[in-house]
Amino acid sequence: MATTYKKIASVTVGSGGASSIDFSSVPSTYTDLVIKVSARDTTANGEFYLRFNSSTTNYSDRWLYGTGTAASSTTNTKLDFFLASSGYTANTFGNTEIYVPNYTSSNYKSVSGDSVQENNATASYTLLEAGLWSDTAAITSVNLIPAGGTFAQYSTATLYGIKNS
Amino acid sequence: MAAGATYEPISTTTLGSNTNTVSFTSISSAYTDLIFVFEGTMSSGTDMMVQFNSDTATNYSSTRLYGNGTSALSTRQTSDTAFYPAIGSLANRQSIIFQVMNYSNATTYKTVLNRANNPAGFVGAHAKLWRSTAAITRIDIIGASSGNFATGSTFTLYGIAAA
Repeated sequence: MATTYKKIASVTVGSGGASSIDFSSVPSTYTDLVIKVSARDTTANGEFYLRFNSSTTNYSDRWLYGTGTAASSTTNTKLDFFLASSGYTANTFGNTEIYVPNYTSSNYKSVSGDSVQENNATASYTLLEAGLWSDTAAITSVNLIPAGGTFAQYSTATLYGIKNS
Repeated sequence: MAAGATYEPISTTTLGSNTNTVSFTSISSAYTDLIFVFEGTMSSGTDMMVQFNSDTATNYSSTRLYGNGTSALSTRQTSDTAFYPAIGSLANRQSIIFQVMNYSNATTYKTVLNRANNPAGFVGAHAKLWRSTAAITRIDIIGASSGNFATGSTFTLYGIAAA
């Protein structure tokens, strides 16, 4: 039986920063996708958006998160995860893992995400996210977009494919 | 299992019709950990149950941390006859992932790390325990209250080998 969980592509942001990280022409030969992100923003914004096929609509999610002093839950009309903002301790990055099963199916796409920040200073966040892209199109591209505008140098993202047979 | 290979698909099922139970049987002991991934919905009923080795005794327990979009909550279930890896209705499309570490050892009880992802209901992380020292050789995924998983739902079991 074939081994799976293979790297499709990986990006490391260079010295100029990046306004997005894009994985285009995602092959349809896998069953599930995993996206692992280590990221920091050059602005005070501590989130990034996940989009599929460059679409800006039909996203929803449930968050469960802790700040270090309290736990809460919210609902959003986007798929957003944490990264380290510019105000965070230097050299710290936020980490995220996103799982997308059945990404080529003609059903809506379910997303499972875990996202963390740690700062050894001000409030940081730990997040569990259940997401949905209410679109029946097969996912052919993955876009990571920093809410503040620019991924900092040394931010990384890797896209893996998992095959169930 | 190929030498040195890990994260291998053991078995996958995509439902061609509404179905109450999906079983993974004769699970090889060649791996270290198991990962189960569900993606889909239920056509009737609203909850998923999981049993190991066809054990229907009160050997399952759970601690759940979850959010409903408004509040963060935590609950515990003890002495259950199965464990319930979702929270809220499976009438909504969602993914459920659970991992069973060291599943084939015959010495310790089996602990499960579980993520539930219902974007129209609850998002959560659960700890599950099966109080049995038996190696896990069978996993049954069952629609609770005779409910059925919907056509097109997928159930996949992966094996991870430490060496």
